[in-house]
Amino acid sequence: MEKQKASLLLADGTVFHGTLIGSPGTNGGEICFNTGMTGYQEIYTDPSYTGQIIVTTTSHIGNYGVHNDEVESKAPTIAGIVVNSFSEVYSRLDGHGSLQNYLVEYKITGIADIDTRKLVRHIRSVGAMNAIISSEYEGNLDGLKAELAKIPDMNGLELSSQVCTKETFYFGDENAPKKVACLDFGIKLNILRNLASRGVYCKVFPAKTSLAEMAAWNPDGYFLSNGPGDPAAMPYAVETTKEILATNKPVFGICLGHQILAEACGISTYKMHHGHRGLNHPIKNLLTGKSEITSQNHGFVVNREDVEKSDVVEITHVHLNDNTVAGIRLKNKPAFSVQYHPESSPGPHDSRYLFDDFVTLMHNNS
Amino acid sequence: MPKDSSIKHVLIIGSGPIVIGQACEFDYSGSQAARSLREEGIKVTLINSNPATIMTDPVTADHVYLQPLEKKSIVKILNEHPDIDAVLPTMGGQTALNLAIDCEKAGIWKKFGVRMIGVDIDAIDTAENREKFKALMEKIGVDVCKGDTATSFLHGKEIAQEIGFPLIIRASYTLGGAGGAFVEKAEDFEKALMAGLQASPVHEVLIEQSILGWKEYELEVMRDNIGNMIVVCSIENFDPMGIHTGDSITVAPAMTLPDTVYQRMRNHAITMMNSIGNFAGGCNVQFAVSPDNQTIIGIEINPRVSRSSALASKATGYPIAKVAAKLAIGYNLDELKNSITGNTSAFFEPAIDYVIVKIPRWNFDKFKGSDRRLGLSMKAVGEVMGIGRNFQEALQKACQSLEIKRNGLGADGRELKDQARLLHSLANPSWDRLFHVYDAFKLGISFRTIHDLTKIDKWFLRQIEELVHIEAEIEKHTLDSIPKELVDRAKKKGYADRQLAHMLGCLESEIFNKRYHDMGIRRVYKLVDTCAAEFEAQTPYYYSTFGEENESKTSDRKKVVVLGSGPNRVGQGIEFDYSCVHGVLAAKECGYETIMINCNPETVSTDFDISDKLYFEPVFWEHIYEIILQENPIGVIVQLGGQTALKLAEKLHKYGIKIIGTSFDALDLAEDRGRFSTLLKENDVPYPEFGTIHNTDEALELCKRIGFPLLVRPSYVLGGQGMKIVINEQELEEHVVNVLRDIPNNEILLDHFLEGAIEAEADAICDGENVYIIGIMQHIEPAGIHSGDSYAVLPPYNLGDYVMRQIETYTKKIALALRTVGLINIQFAIKNDRVYVIEANPRASRTVPFICKAYQEPYVNYAVKVMLGEKKVTDFDFKPVKNGYAIKEPVFSFHKFPNVNKELGPEMKSTGEAIYFIEDLMDDYFMKIYSERNLYLSR
Repeated sequence: MEKQKASLLLADGTVFHGTLIGSPGTNGGEICFNTGMTGYQEIYTDPSYTGQIIVTTTSHIGNYGVHNDEVESKAPTIAGIVVNSFSEVYSRLDGHGSLQNYLVEYKITGIADIDTRKLVRHIRSVGAMNAIISSEYEGNLDGLKAELAKIPDMNGLELSSQVCTKETFYFGDENAPKKVACLDFGIKLNILRNLASRGVYCKVFPAKTSLAEMAAWNPDGYFLSNGPGDPAAMPYAVETTKEILATNKPVFGICLGHQILAEACGISTYKMHHGHRGLNHPIKNLLTGKSEITSQNHGFVVNREDVEKSDVVEITHVHLNDNTVAGIRLKNKPAFSVQYHPESSPGPHDSRYLFDDFVTLMHNNS
Repeated sequence: MPKDSSIKHVLIIGSGPIVIGQACEFDYSGSQAARSLREEGIKVTLINSNPATIMTDPVTADHVYLQPLEKKSIVKILNEHPDIDAVLPTMGGQTALNLAIDCEKAGIWKKFGVRMIGVDIDAIDTAENREKFKALMEKIGVDVCKGDTATSFLHGKEIAQEIGFPLIIRASYTLGGAGGAFVEKAEDFEKALMAGLQASPVHEVLIEQSILGWKEYELEVMRDNIGNMIVVCSIENFDPMGIHTGDSITVAPAMTLPDTVYQRMRNHAITMMNSIGNFAGGCNVQFAVSPDNQTIIGIEINPRVSRSSALASKATGYPIAKVAAKLAIGYNLDELKNSITGNTSAFFEPAIDYVIVKIPRWNFDKFKGSDRRLGLSMKAVGEVMGIGRNFQEALQKACQSLEIKRNGLGADGRELKDQARLLHSLANPSWDRLFHVYDAFKLGISFRTIHDLTKIDKWFLRQIEELVHIEAEIEKHTLDSIPKELVDRAKKKGYADRQLAHMLGCLESEIFNKRYHDMGIRRVYKLVDTCAAEFEAQTPYYYSTFGEENESKTSDRKKVVVLGSGPNRVGQGIEFDYSCVHGVLAAKECGYETIMINCNPETVSTDFDISDKLYFEPVFWEHIYEIILQENPIGVIVQLGGQTALKLAEKLHKYGIKIIGTSFDALDLAEDRGRFSTLLKENDVPYPEFGTIHNTDEALELCKRIGFPLLVRPSYVLGGQGMKIVINEQELEEHVVNVLRDIPNNEILLDHFLEGAIEAEADAICDGENVYIIGIMQHIEPAGIHSGDSYAVLPPYNLGDYVMRQIETYTKKIALALRTVGLINIQFAIKNDRVYVIEANPRASRTVPFICKAYQEPYVNYAVKVMLGEKKVTDFDFKPVKNGYAIKEPVFSFHKFPNVNKELGPEMKSTGEAIYFIEDLMDDYFMKIYSERNLYLSR
């Protein structure tokens, strides 16, 4: 069967030609790459990737199909996928379908059979930028360029209020010993699973919920979730976080939540050249001296100089490759956060202890 | 914790001679570890009895002991170097570990104040003691294969009830698995149990949970002193449980594992490592996973550097042995840098954006009568690794690397079409099962049947099925009609030009010209960089693929290509890798940019810091030629990589590529028995009566002239393959028929066999004008035993002056007559004080490394400088250290093949060698082997 062609156009004019995978169409967003070798379904359903085109560097995608339990949100909100070699067939006995059908079901357009390594090297040297994938503009580059120009820049982009839950919902056992109010900026389900399995009953609130509304539930702690977009474009969340801190209740933040916590303490954030996305990122815990392999997905990072100058915040974790700040805690309040993903779905489980720390903090606080 | 500064001098124990299951991967790990420690200003003393190793070179260690791996040797070393304060026993396989444990038990380490680093003896004990291992795994919540021994029917039923079905019954003390059964359902159990108990003379059966057909994985893990851990690589076995991992085709990264299952496995590996003890270094953990991904079983844990570590290092670029050595002296992972990128942390998990496929290389043809079925005991003698951007490409490249006269997987007209044999082969795996999976698809055997019989994961089977479909598509075309898109697709899936030529019915060169020149479908080179291009890498380690971007930048320096020796096998082992490494280093010294091409992951030559550029590629024409087109070297060195490299000389010559050193014509002359004997005749050099034949009629005619006994020798073979001494016409005819069946169209030589003759060989360096004989070795066994299987003594122990003078004269005459530039090895038979030339090989021989070690001179280095024309023989100041004698001891792996005829003959069977120094001929060791010499005769 003749495969349908597709093209990938980058904002700097670079074009790649390949084969269409998933649903025919045209879609764009910021292009980024993830170096993980497993866990594509979890990556594609991670709300933090909302509006992004994901290049997976691993050579094969689709081999083990999809599974109903291996999702991080109700549906993928990514702008497209780029892969080297795509498998329409899969061998997983306990799987629930092929990745191809899954992509079609969620109307995701992707492109396969391109030199992803060349693309990654390009992004590595030029930096993050917008891109567009299409199966509808073959031979019409100008048309595709026009479509690409319509895509907004990620810098200054606020996406959390779009991807977060519209209604509050509960997760876990209502009789669990602790209650945590989760501020949803695009929360991954595995964070909730990790909290619930540690005796935490979670109530998840939309991004723009006020402290008063959350406090009315009388939680033992607050959780600031991961999510997409630029933290600097979320003054509403920073304000709420300041109010949360004033309650002196334990606070735990992950990824975007970490950046928001930092902003709430007067620390700035900036956009990285091409971010950290993968399952192999080395982090050193300065408190224990031990290191952990972490799952990461972020394009923004908190400013190290600001943290070093800060009276209220100290660095707890650093990224061993580039010395960026990977974790902070407040000196005088029971609040801490990490830039990476301890819920790690996908990724190594080395950092799950952070959830234990959060639960301990709540116990000690009561 | 930073480096432990109390460690100043480390003893590294090597792995000894190459045997099946313990090959040159430990030369790789030992030499990496030695370099890594010396980098830290630590003195390194090394012991290994294997002379053909890089690790035992003065370039690697401060003090080298080529001594038997025995307690006695260790005591001697420690007496001579009282400042040795630590021993690193994890780099030399099981051999080194066992010796270290023996020394520990004998109190030697304690006595000399030496501590063991990088290992925990209790951990080793737990890992090796089945019961302890099971108990510990149960304690930490890791499932193991359930099973127990039953001595009664009732007990047996109880066990079965506990472990469930399917299960396996193995009757104790029975031969060939009698009384054993695979029981799938409860209703079949009682009958099978009864049969098993009856079959066993002691009425005892082992009842085990059956995990045959489960998926099998390995994780290569590193751990430091404070418990930081990383998984360097996940490896998936293409062949499911039931075949030893050393005999399995393996793939990295794991191809069919969801993240959830992979992380469960990773967690298990970490728990297992932490539970067995506190140690710093590399570790291999093996798992079985049920096909439905529900159950993960811990199979075993090896807390040391292993064969898989070598593979994982080459597969990812992560230098496991080097880092393990640093961890052993106290560093933590987060304190070390990733040497590939140069500026990121060594504490990270490599991300790879390609696929590697390892295929073992077997040598069953050398072990006639052996059980060729693969099972729980490893039988492979070597391995190859293919790197590609997808599984199919990596698989094809690995097949092209094997040197088993195939051009890849399928499409070479050599497929098996016998349905019954195919089905049998699928269910009873041997070396060729992979090829038979392909053939089965091609013949139209159903996917379901193939999967049922092999239990190979369906994803892998689909990949092979897809190749068969593409083959069918290509076969519809001719060279003229084939569209570019299809050629591109086939090349991306790893098909060689030769395979395409076969499918399209044209010449390889026609395909090459069309795709390379007309269609512009050319190889590009990508970097193995540990990080999937996330960071810039410093290390020039490349593989080829078909893509858009070529990362290999060609410099304008003068360059040479060194061709490696491919997979280890009987007759071509580590010796040739030794020569290649020295060849590279010598050319570097002369200011050349050196380019290494090899596909054997166990080697030092494929270490990324040996050559200026490493191309991890099949030593296969098409791959070599495109590298040459890319790099434009001044020439290619073929003399160092054994027969593998030498074989390519003709084609290189034909394509006008310069062969460095001895010309192709001279190489060919030495192989062409007719031309060679004319040359001998012209130079007054005696040789045994001989002739060449192509069929049995010619053989029966010729034998009348030459007279029995006769040595039958096929041309262009390795390690004396198919060589045999025959004593009458009937034997002659029988053997010629056999040879022509195995090697069709071969030109066979019949030599008059000099019965009872003494054999000797000489190695020499020649620059075309002068000849320097680096060493003459006399064999202990009489003529008739392959030189590789003979004990040999350097220098000769009882050859008179007259004989020695003949050997020297003939060596010089032949070297000059062949216009040798570089190395040459000449074999002699001596009868009644007359010296006959048996053969000449104008290349680095198996014995060159041995002589280098015994005389402590870098002859390969000298020879390469001569080849390059940088030096003349007269430029060197030869100062061989000649004390007493050095004995080369052949080492065999017959224990792996209990039913094989162990008699030695003209066909080589040994897998490795050791060196043994003696002071004089009164030595007990020498006296013993000398007195046994006649027993070895194979008639």
